[in-house]
Amino acid sequence: MILETQNIQPHLISILEGVSDPEIPVLSIMDMGVVREAIEQNGIVRVKITPTYSGCPAMDVIGDDIVSAFAKAGKTAKIQLVLAPAWTTDWITPRGREALEKYGIAAPLSPEADKEALLGNKKIVKCTNCGSTETHLVSQFGSTACKALFKCDTCQEPFDYFKCLK
Amino acid sequence: MNKDLYNYIIGIADNSLILGQRLGELCGHGPSLETDIAGTNISLDLFGQVRSYFHYAAQVSGDENATEDTLAFLRIEREYKNVLLVEQPNTDFAYTIVRQFYFDAFHLLFLKALETSKDETLAAIAKKSIKEVSYHWRFSSDWVRRLGDGTEESHTRVLEAVNELWMYTDELFHQTEADKAMIVQGVGVDTLALKETYYKMIGDVLEEATLPIPESKYWHKGGKQGIHTEHMGYILSDMQYMQRTYPNMEW
Repeated sequence: MILETQNIQPHLISILEGVSDPEIPVLSIMDMGVVREAIEQNGIVRVKITPTYSGCPAMDVIGDDIVSAFAKAGKTAKIQLVLAPAWTTDWITPRGREALEKYGIAAPLSPEADKEALLGNKKIVKCTNCGSTETHLVSQFGSTACKALFKCDTCQEPFDYFKCLK
Repeated sequence: MNKDLYNYIIGIADNSLILGQRLGELCGHGPSLETDIAGTNISLDLFGQVRSYFHYAAQVSGDENATEDTLAFLRIEREYKNVLLVEQPNTDFAYTIVRQFYFDAFHLLFLKALETSKDETLAAIAKKSIKEVSYHWRFSSDWVRRLGDGTEESHTRVLEAVNELWMYTDELFHQTEADKAMIVQGVGVDTLALKETYYKMIGDVLEEATLPIPESKYWHKGGKQGIHTEHMGYILSDMQYMQRTYPNMEW
């Protein structure tokens, strides 16, 4: 899926799809929506990526991984980090959301639903293990800055919820 | 070099840098796993923002040797322009939370105003950071409610922190010469305009937390001029140790 704010040359897509998020290996950086631009000109591919969170330590690794993926395809890539427009969880593709859920991370809800869920007002975050919505928030901050930790009251499994960022 | 712009960026960045360092100290020492992780996650967000600010400040400085690292690690105490609030120690969990609570409210209002800055880079950093800081504010204000409206012990301790750290809140709105120059140019945030909303914002939460709003009008300031409390030297020696021992290390 190509978003309006993206500018990626079609012949570069398959290479970029081969690079995954180092913290969520099932998710390609394309499905994550962090690649904003990829243009090949005069033998050099210029790639613009945007951080999910300002301090996301995965960004440096993603940059290196993109460079080596292009190197394997015989291309030289230069990475540039851009901040605007700021990344939002809306840029995660439907395929990406599905991959997250399969991996055991609940996909982000809408901003309103997210707030209700994190304040503990409504039980709407679905357990990735058994599908029950009888879940509760354990911590607003989980294994990484982008996730919150939940626990299922039906099957007792803890799981991560990818927080809505909009 | 645009000296006012440089000083303005440094002033914003140093608050996040020093608070991030303080929160980083909790890594492995938080009172529970969840709060330990929350502290370090918030710290990581702040450091991420600092990198963007310092990267920009290094460009603006006109000094070709300036980098994110030299700005973070190789200045002397007087050159750090953070407010005194953020350098206060992690005395106990109540202090850590209240320091965060007092800062987050300001940080959120400040960034919302900075988002409309005429400076595109600052506006972009602000836009990105607001999303993160909203979560910080939700976390710290939630904990103030829980501690205040919790047990007798948690109430007593959070009340002490609320009263002790109160005297550092006014400095958040203090304007330096660089701040004033940037406001005139439409780049900086007029912090005085945020003051009323700020005290209402924290007052509402304190009320819900069954904590009386402090009445003291005695304020400490100096950090924005580079005159710090005795805690600052210890923070810097900890923070700068690696860079001074192994020069040219990179983040």
